[in-house]
Amino acid sequence: MLTYIVRRLVTAALILLGASFLVYLLTALSGDPLAEFRASSAPNRQALMDSRTNLLDLNTPAPLRYFKWLGGAAQCLVPFGNACNLGKNIAGQPITEALGFALVQTLTLVTGATVLAILIGISLGVVTALRQYSALDYGVTFMAFLFFSLPIFWVAVLLKEFGAIGFNDFLRNPEIPPAVALGIGAVLGVIAAVVVGGAAKRRLIVGGSVFAVVSLILFYFSLTQWFRNPGLGPVIIAILGAGIAVGITILVSGLKNRKALQSSLIVVGIGVIAYFAMQPLLNEATGLMIFLLAIATILVGMAVGYFMGGYDRGQSMRAAAITAFLVGALVIVDRFMQAWPSYFNNSRVRGRPIATIGAGTPNIQGDFWILSTDTLTHLVLPTVALILVSLASYTRFTRSSMLEIMNMDFIRTARAKGLSERSVIMGHAFRNALIPIATIVAFDIGALIGGAVITETVFSVRGMGFLFIDGLLHIDPNPVMGVFLCVAVTAMVFNLIADLAYSALDPRVRIKA
Amino acid sequence: MSQPTQEEELLAQQALAEAAATQTGSEITSGLSQGQIVRKRFFGHTGALIGLAVFVVIFLLAFTAVGAFGLPGWWKYNYLDVSPLVNDGAPTSSLWPFAWGEHPFGQDRIGRDLFAMTMRGAQQSITVMLLIGGIAGAIGAIIGGLAGYFRGWVEAILMRLTDVIIIIPLLLLAAVVGQIASRRDEGSWIAGFASSNSVVILGIFLGLVSWVGLARLVRGEFLTLREREFVDAARISGASNARIIFKHILPNAVGVLIVNVTLTMSAAILLETALSYLGLGVHSPDTSLGLLISQNQEAFATRPWLFWYPGLFIILICLSINFIGDGLRDAFDPRQKKFKAKSAVETTRQSSTTTAPLADTAQGS
Repeated sequence: MLTYIVRRLVTAALILLGASFLVYLLTALSGDPLAEFRASSAPNRQALMDSRTNLLDLNTPAPLRYFKWLGGAAQCLVPFGNACNLGKNIAGQPITEALGFALVQTLTLVTGATVLAILIGISLGVVTALRQYSALDYGVTFMAFLFFSLPIFWVAVLLKEFGAIGFNDFLRNPEIPPAVALGIGAVLGVIAAVVVGGAAKRRLIVGGSVFAVVSLILFYFSLTQWFRNPGLGPVIIAILGAGIAVGITILVSGLKNRKALQSSLIVVGIGVIAYFAMQPLLNEATGLMIFLLAIATILVGMAVGYFMGGYDRGQSMRAAAITAFLVGALVIVDRFMQAWPSYFNNSRVRGRPIATIGAGTPNIQGDFWILSTDTLTHLVLPTVALILVSLASYTRFTRSSMLEIMNMDFIRTARAKGLSERSVIMGHAFRNALIPIATIVAFDIGALIGGAVITETVFSVRGMGFLFIDGLLHIDPNPVMGVFLCVAVTAMVFNLIADLAYSALDPRVRIKA
Repeated sequence: MSQPTQEEELLAQQALAEAAATQTGSEITSGLSQGQIVRKRFFGHTGALIGLAVFVVIFLLAFTAVGAFGLPGWWKYNYLDVSPLVNDGAPTSSLWPFAWGEHPFGQDRIGRDLFAMTMRGAQQSITVMLLIGGIAGAIGAIIGGLAGYFRGWVEAILMRLTDVIIIIPLLLLAAVVGQIASRRDEGSWIAGFASSNSVVILGIFLGLVSWVGLARLVRGEFLTLREREFVDAARISGASNARIIFKHILPNAVGVLIVNVTLTMSAAILLETALSYLGLGVHSPDTSLGLLISQNQEAFATRPWLFWYPGLFIILICLSINFIGDGLRDAFDPRQKKFKAKSAVETTRQSSTTTAPLADTAQGS
């Protein structure tokens, strides 16, 4: 095992050397860094050219410049040396500094989108696999192909036009005409009827009730101008929480495990009490505090599950912990909604909350909630765009993996010994179907750091992709190399992790030492 | 519980699907070559057929409308011609009553015909796509095949080379390559050719860097095939390495290759449009679908058609290629049991109600 890892790391280092040499040469030779001065007629043309030549060290041939760069980069390997030197970009800013900034921007942009895309994609894939060759399956398959074929810059422009500008116009006078409310309700009702499956009567009941509930909610929202003054309140949190508790219990342990159901419901009760108790504390919130509260919430859930006991403590703990986390999230969402009116009327926002470009409103003032809302409203559009284009591959992959597992003999055995369909799917099929998906996810996380170059360009986020493209357009190898180094190192590390994870998850796969 | 549970349904479906598959398998495939089986399966795949039809229509439209390879097209405008604005540039085509009009897709701000520009852009995108598919497929097959067949140091060198290229994200590499391909300022031998055929250069360069995924897949396929008995038999009867590779292994690996070349091509369309959008691919005055969108995205509020039509063509091309790829995958997969859901469902109904021969329903399109 250890020899395997060491061997992989040594090969990776050699590959990295070769690839970085290649990238440096390609970038350096891809154009003329002085082209903009050659065309200009400024009187100090020669001086400008000299200073650029000095800055980029153009008098040294590119292959030699690479070794100079490598000398600086090698110092990064010294732990705690603080002597990391990746050169400077064309504006004179050290690359290490620029990279740090860009990394934060990119990670805030892609993390949420990737997590959501993975969650939605996997659940869609499982559902379509279970309903193979149904209307839902064909619909999702077609949508997957469609999303797979969408150019992201095209989606982005549409989102800006209809998602941001349209929604902001709507917020000015948030009234939903009855016809529109009925229409949205009807569409969601049809979708629900297709998703539920089963007999026609069941579909009709589910579809009809979804239609009625959604239309009524929209009427209510329109009457109370909810979109201006959104909020959940303790009652809604309690109702939603009870729904979450039942749903999670069905998935984790099945409703037959009464102890699990009871512990989830108790957790929801605690959550509603905490809603009142926490409000003063939440007013003073910071990011760290939210994080600690999330961990505390999960621990409370696990403790409740542990003390409820029952024949399977683990299931109760799991169900209660997941419920606790989700109810906690509801409380946080409610707090964000409380901050919404003051954000909406902020002098910098001026009633147009959904932003089309950038990563934050410049010079915005306010407490934690205002600032977080600001970041979130800037993240909405890129996140939706990224989810749309990356959803398809997860859906298709999960579907085929799940179908393969569902046709295996051990699933037949599990059914034959009388297990419920829930435990066959969740316990036997889903867990095994996740193994190949885990490796795909690891690959994708490795590729994340490179940033979504096009998304960053379209939404003017100054992340890793922007740094790279900017460096490339100025024929400046240093930023390009910095980005490449980050991308390549994370990609390789995560490839290694993916391989190790595969052999850890699937004992049939053995690592050749 | 009067209605069958879900698991019973699943099991019943599986059994029927297997029955139908063996039925169709034994009925259809006997006496047919591999190519005939694949063709038959492919033409039984509705999605793939629609995809193929759409692609052929777009291909013909794009290459005949504004002319290609120096030949004139049948459309009255060129993608560079400026003509007076008709109806402030709005599209003149209408579906009902059907009319083509003077400028079916409208005009841009200075009066260029959008139909001509879109056709030219589609031409460019298809050219790049085919070049990338062809070059990447050829290099991937050769390198993957050599590495997989000869093993040893050949494999070590070729696969390390692949590793080096594969860790550079494709878009980043393509951007560098696109930058090099679009250089026209120097008087090298390439510059004269590049200035008139920049899209060809772009396609060739992109093809030279996007073979790595294919090479890995082909190598994997060769690795398993070279251990099979028929290869041993060929070697013992004295076949040369070249003969074993081309006559015995490659025909068995060609399915994987073709399917993945198709998928590479659908990714290539998006890659080219993205590069042109970023300003690293096709440059004006020539045009491409990505460039059209990037030039016109600011005008969405005033001239939305400038934005809709190029995007629509990107999606149509990419979607049709994806469906063709899906059909090819189903057609080439020897393990697949069931590629038409309907026939299985019909089999259920038929067998439970009438005495119609099973083979008929299974064979029916």
